[in-house]
Amino acid sequence: MENINNTILEIRDLCVAYTADKLSVSHVSTDIPRNQITAIMGPSGCGKSTLLRAINRMHELYRGIQVSGELLIDGQDLLKINAMRVRREVGMVFQRPNPFPTMSIADNVLAGYSLNGIRLEKSMRQSIVEQSLKSVGLWNEVKDSLTKRGTFLSGGQQQRLCIARALALKPKLILMDEPTSALDPIATTTIENLLVELKNEVSIIIVTHNMGQAKRISQKSLFMYLGELVEGGSTEQMFSDPADRRTKSYLSGNIG
Amino acid sequence: MNTLNSYRLRLSEKMSDLTILSPDTRFKGLLWAAALVVPLICVAMLLSLISDSALAFDEFGFFRFVFSSQWSYSQGNENYGALPFIMGTLESTFLALAFCIPFSLTVALFVGEYYSGRKIATLFGTITDLLAGIPSIIYGLWGFYVLRPIVVALGLSDQGSCILTASLVLAVMIVPYAASLSAEFIKMVPAELKEAAYAMGATRAEVMRTVVFPAAGSGIFSAFILAIGRALGETMTVTMLIGNTNQLPTSLFSTGNTMASIIANQFGEADGLKLSSLFAIALILFAIKALINLIGKILIHRAQR
Repeated sequence: MENINNTILEIRDLCVAYTADKLSVSHVSTDIPRNQITAIMGPSGCGKSTLLRAINRMHELYRGIQVSGELLIDGQDLLKINAMRVRREVGMVFQRPNPFPTMSIADNVLAGYSLNGIRLEKSMRQSIVEQSLKSVGLWNEVKDSLTKRGTFLSGGQQQRLCIARALALKPKLILMDEPTSALDPIATTTIENLLVELKNEVSIIIVTHNMGQAKRISQKSLFMYLGELVEGGSTEQMFSDPADRRTKSYLSGNIG
Repeated sequence: MNTLNSYRLRLSEKMSDLTILSPDTRFKGLLWAAALVVPLICVAMLLSLISDSALAFDEFGFFRFVFSSQWSYSQGNENYGALPFIMGTLESTFLALAFCIPFSLTVALFVGEYYSGRKIATLFGTITDLLAGIPSIIYGLWGFYVLRPIVVALGLSDQGSCILTASLVLAVMIVPYAASLSAEFIKMVPAELKEAAYAMGATRAEVMRTVVFPAAGSGIFSAFILAIGRALGETMTVTMLIGNTNQLPTSLFSTGNTMASIIANQFGEADGLKLSSLFAIALILFAIKALINLIGKILIHRAQR
């Protein structure tokens, strides 16, 4: 059991059900370490994205999805406070880059503020845009085209813009749902390096199909199978000596 | 000898080419002939509008005809101008549009976003679409015997027949066009964009305002352009409700005529210069409507990309 101060999020007995008769995420309990990267792995349909989307309450956007359990962030249960507030504190980056097509690059970075009706002074806006874009290594590439649409950027740049957009709100935790699966290898490497740097400012949970990616960037790994958390622990430990035979056979390419 | 044989061969090939058209070629010919009928009718109609309106345009000149508000035909002194009808058309159309916008946007959001995919949305959508299929004479009858007395009772107009009454019914008629097309464009906004906004803590209303409407905006705009096109040419309902007077409308509560309704009112008793003036109005209406539809189609095409 880790020290509580080193834990950003405690997941306690989390269940998610799309239909009444089947749990897609079944009684998951684990701790997400602060300022580290936690990777969630598992074959398609194992519930890893479902688990991720429960954390920022995305399931509430759709009808009939049941979520139960506790998600404690600094001792406060995310499932019991206002969902809008949860989503401001827990950022999300999606599988496909999704900058807002009608907004400029700068407006995309500031979207979290404008969407929440927060008005900022010009100098404040400029500094948030610059700081956020610098932290994703995009500033030098786009500083002369901040007023252009974000959709003109390459896929990798768009995804970094989306990360900057999430960072701009200064979240405690960022959830990433296979953020590099739509990108080429070079863009993927750039983002992986970026995430390793970013973990000093923010805790990250990343869902990934890519075992190599989990191994390269994460400190903690969770392996899910058929909705259950099979095992979770240090990435090094899991890759060198998995405790469960299902983890072992997934990591050796036999399932998934 | 060899030369002669090859000549014969070539000749027979040539002959078969000329006489026996393959079934494929014949069918294609038939297709062409049948398909050509439609554009030809359109061209013929346009040509007859142009030739039959020539007398009026020669007599008054194009601009004087368009900008004159005279419509008098005492014997020996005929003066016709289209301005009252152009204004009547524009006023009733844009007033109808103003009434239509809030209702069709609400229905579009209801059907296309808030309750999308649910039974209630299908029900509301179907009922809205049903409005589009009601014959305009029924709208006219309802407007004349139900809505008009209400307008009178409210003291808005003595007779109840006025631009406002016509516009109200027109608005009901164009809501389904604007609403169902707008709903389609709202549905097309990718879920991942909406989720991106929700994931930053936006409320549903904020997502609508900052993501859905901007993304669906050009499509919604084109839906309203097509609704305008529909209102411009609506004849029967308007003729029954607008009061049919030939002067420039001075207020929303005054009577008037639209381009369509003046033609419907007077075509039977008109000849000579007056008939030609009606044709001229028809030509102008044709042009305006074609233009509006073209703009709408272009915008929809752009929005769909």
